[in-house]
Amino acid sequence: MSTPVLQIENVSKRFGQTLANDNISLSLDKGEIVALLGENGAGKTTLMSILFGHYVPDSGRVMVDGQELPAGRPRAAIRAGIGMVHQHFALAPNLTVLENVTTGTESLWSPRSRRREARAKLLAISERFGLKVDPDARLGDLSVGEQQRVEILKALYNEARILVLDEPTAVLTQIEAERLFATLKDMAAQGLSLIFISHKLDEVMSTADRIVVLRGGRHVAERRASETSKPELAELMVGRAVSRPVREPSDPGDVVLEAAAVTVRIGGVDRLKAVDFRLRAGEVLGIIGVSGNGQAALAQLLSGTAAMASGDLLLFGQPVDALSVKDAVTAGIGRIPEDRNKDGAIGEMAIWENAILERLSSFSRHGLVDRQAGMAFAQTIIDTFDVRGGSPASRIRLLSGGNMQKLILGRNLIDRPRILIAAQPARGLDEGAVAAVHERILDARRQGTAVLLISEDLDEVMALADRIQAIVGGRLSPPIPAQEASTRRLGLMMAGEWEGETAHAV
Amino acid sequence: MRFERREHRPVALVIATPLIAVVAALAIAGILIAIAGAPVFEAYWNILKGAYGSRLSATETLTRATPLILTGLAAAVAFRARLWNIGGEGQLYLGAITVAWASSHLIGSWPSALQIPALLIMGAVAGMILLLVPLWLRLRFSVDEVVTTLLLNFVAVLFVSMLIDTVLKDPTAFGWPQSQSVADAAMLPKLLARSRLNLGLVIAVVLALVLAFVQSRTVFGIQSRAAGLNPQGAVFAGVPLGRTLVVVACVSGGLAGLAGAVEVMGVKGYVTTDLSPGYGYSGIVVAMLANLNPLGVVVAGLFTATMFVGADGMSRAMGIPSYIADVIVALSLLTMLIAVFFTQYRIRR
Repeated sequence: MSTPVLQIENVSKRFGQTLANDNISLSLDKGEIVALLGENGAGKTTLMSILFGHYVPDSGRVMVDGQELPAGRPRAAIRAGIGMVHQHFALAPNLTVLENVTTGTESLWSPRSRRREARAKLLAISERFGLKVDPDARLGDLSVGEQQRVEILKALYNEARILVLDEPTAVLTQIEAERLFATLKDMAAQGLSLIFISHKLDEVMSTADRIVVLRGGRHVAERRASETSKPELAELMVGRAVSRPVREPSDPGDVVLEAAAVTVRIGGVDRLKAVDFRLRAGEVLGIIGVSGNGQAALAQLLSGTAAMASGDLLLFGQPVDALSVKDAVTAGIGRIPEDRNKDGAIGEMAIWENAILERLSSFSRHGLVDRQAGMAFAQTIIDTFDVRGGSPASRIRLLSGGNMQKLILGRNLIDRPRILIAAQPARGLDEGAVAAVHERILDARRQGTAVLLISEDLDEVMALADRIQAIVGGRLSPPIPAQEASTRRLGLMMAGEWEGETAHAV
Repeated sequence: MRFERREHRPVALVIATPLIAVVAALAIAGILIAIAGAPVFEAYWNILKGAYGSRLSATETLTRATPLILTGLAAAVAFRARLWNIGGEGQLYLGAITVAWASSHLIGSWPSALQIPALLIMGAVAGMILLLVPLWLRLRFSVDEVVTTLLLNFVAVLFVSMLIDTVLKDPTAFGWPQSQSVADAAMLPKLLARSRLNLGLVIAVVLALVLAFVQSRTVFGIQSRAAGLNPQGAVFAGVPLGRTLVVVACVSGGLAGLAGAVEVMGVKGYVTTDLSPGYGYSGIVVAMLANLNPLGVVVAGLFTATMFVGADGMSRAMGIPSYIADVIVALSLLTMLIAVFFTQYRIRR
């Protein structure tokens, strides 16, 4: 067999007390797709940063085509043909696609920009790999999926032969993700070599040729995709057998929240169009749909951050005209926002401040904040919900995604809310954290909380929900009981095909 | 080499930071002093002597620090909430002229005990109003307040200039554009006889203490910090964004207006267009030097005043242009910003 295009040999990297990479070796052949699988904090991103020259390893080396790469030199990595597609795109939103792609490729001293050649080259690449994008579009106007395509194009424009993608699907919808993986397979077939970082078992199984599992900074296993299974990978990744919690049958109580023909208009557009739903105590109502179909408006309405244009909303049987955040919190509505970093937390503020921010009035007297009580409250959440990596006084930004989500869940669930609005509660979390979040949601349901679960993840909805409605273009389908849900039927519902099935309405 | 965010900020580092920054700035400015042909250490000794060497110079430095602390607090409080109030200068002048007008036309006969508080409040309210206009434009039409507050400075200063040349002109000032004087009963009590040092300094320091308390311990403090750090997250948590910003604007504009009132009632007694040598703008520098911490503002205000007053003395003694004070303050700001960066990041290679 020929030399691998890429070899990582015995790489170690220590950050303070933590050994982020412990003697990791990895190789990649031409035309191969390798998945780097591991939970958050397993050392995947560190390893790739070393590969790309962002970090200098404490020991070990990186070889491309048998040649050792100088450590800590991103330029050398680019020249050797390594391209990186970051999870958070390194692109300028105010420039066009073409400008973004050519940035950094031309000498600053060159008197003119070779736009025409650049455009031709870009179009040729985009043609060859089926990555369609308008070179003159302003980057900020593109969807997230398109922006990611630009990142890939930029790497290819720099003659990358080895492409590294850091959690490429974290920001994509399911359809965009499927399209991306088709492209990646095509690229491998054309001789490129790819590494993609992921913690999602499905995509790893369906796309990679070979899977390398990292855990706690160590290379724990390596499997061919054809010779392994999802349960085996999950166990290797987490280090123990994990199972997602199972929903037990329950006996739903009274209707606590009812919407009749509710319309929400945001920015002059009807994001929710005359939707109907009823939510009962002790049940989970799942709302599925491709993102951007009105989920955000629904979550905002019930979280108190968006107003209703028309329709009737009954909260515990009482009509509500306008729900403010304060009303929602006092009424016992727990709120898990879709975007924990933007909505759910003030990153630079302490954990205890984040814990009490939405209920400051219960932690203050005459305008003075009771710091002691706030700290104690935060500590209770940390203990009860197993939040790791921070104390009440440390900034919340220091928590990992899963732990931040546990804290947000905790501040909502600790007082036993009557209603829980959970928008994409497990998005971006690793397997262990997903199980923990699901367990908490089912726990709340068992205790009589009415849960509205808004999610794009069909597995999640089918596992947790008692009844399921689909949201399409701002409209809600009639509900179907979870027992009648199949992937196919849900797929049809998400495509808007529920007319004529209204007879099933519960 | 790359920068990594620090997970913890060592207390010693946070305390040492401003000191290191000032020393670094003085070292760099020393090069300029050497180029100008003067012995560096002697020059700095002369700055210190010029600022604190005599009773007169020491009281003068403290008098100079008073408006700087007030405008510094005005900027710090606004910037904390990401309200970019660049209009301190205009708010200061409006506060000043309001006081001069009210005391000469309206309540000049009132006794000190009533007149002084009334005037201070009126000066503060004038500053508030001038900041509420840009804030309303921002909340209603998303107009960038950096532009509006900055431009309103010129409007306010020219407006004051018009008033003191017309309706509020002092007829006894030999034709100079100068406002009528405030009543004697409106003058702030002196802290020391035969000096210009007045109650204004006490007011400024007390307000700094009050603000430090409000920002760290009150609901308003937490909400305004949340609104500044992450407006979207603050809204989700139920922070009334508009109302919080209105209060912040009232405090910020009020402090800047108060700076003008104190300067008139404590030092000058009347308004001219050179009442403020850019106190409103220097306040921004003071706030940044203090890393937006209210107590730090007191120290930073003193430091800036020391440099300005001391450099005058040094310039007379050594024949070096007193502009060196501007250079030192500007360099301090730069080194301070770099130092603050290093309290948040560390270098890794």
